[in-house]
Amino acid sequence: MITNYCYIRNKTIVVRGETLFNDGSSSFDDFLINAYEFLKADYPKFYKMDNLSKLGFLAAEALVHDRNLKQYSPETVAVVLSNSAASLDTDLRFLQSTKNVASPALFVYTLPNIVVGEICIRHKITGENTFFVTPSFDPEFLCFYAKSLFERNHVQACIAGWVDVLDEHHDVFLYLIEKESGSEGMEHNSDALKKLYAR
Amino acid sequence: MEKLMNDLKVQIIETLNLKQLKPEDIGDDQPLFMEGLGLDSIDALELIALLQQKYNIKITDPQEGPKIFKSVRTMAESIQAHQGS
Repeated sequence: MITNYCYIRNKTIVVRGETLFNDGSSSFDDFLINAYEFLKADYPKFYKMDNLSKLGFLAAEALVHDRNLKQYSPETVAVVLSNSAASLDTDLRFLQSTKNVASPALFVYTLPNIVVGEICIRHKITGENTFFVTPSFDPEFLCFYAKSLFERNHVQACIAGWVDVLDEHHDVFLYLIEKESGSEGMEHNSDALKKLYAR
Repeated sequence: MEKLMNDLKVQIIETLNLKQLKPEDIGDDQPLFMEGLGLDSIDALELIALLQQKYNIKITDPQEGPKIFKSVRTMAESIQAHQGS
């Protein structure tokens, strides 16, 4: 079952259809910092992350903050994310830095799956984690992949979705799938994901 | 020396994205790594790049690193020694 979902679009964080935080008048970089401070995450490493990881971090915070993820063993929680720009946003910044002195801090973020690692470290998740690069949000594929994790890998919960950023263009849609959620949530299938993403 | 140490604190915060800190939060003799500011190995590389970029100092001997980056004061002393040489 999909038990929670959130978006970050147009410098606005929306959880289950309700606006959690909006900072449309700030620059994109300032929006990310202001959103972090609003969420009171108290995680100084956030400031060092690239924008892809910051977006994933913020969305994951908003997604799980009223869910009891700690009820699951760390190895039974999975993270499956995807996007189209991979780490290009940071790749370009790193390339720019090489014209002077190449930045090691930027270099370590020149892979798209680092955002998954940051989320796993933050939430002490040690289950399956994967990052796919696809031309656009692919509900059929993500649904198929997540379902296979639940069926074959003893996964109890999975943070999944789309985290894309290039320059200031950003599009984030994360959702939480839980195996045992009672009657709470909506069926996890590609039609539901398609509808949720299109909102 | 005082001005150089203050400049370094500002540059360290800016370069390492330590936005939760103010320059006055960093002690002159506070260890930069481990139990001090808690910097990591990537931060060490950024500090090496900072010295190269801002002060034209290239660290070629790896043994020098721990001595130079012990604290803001030892960084400032290294810069002064370099500028005086």
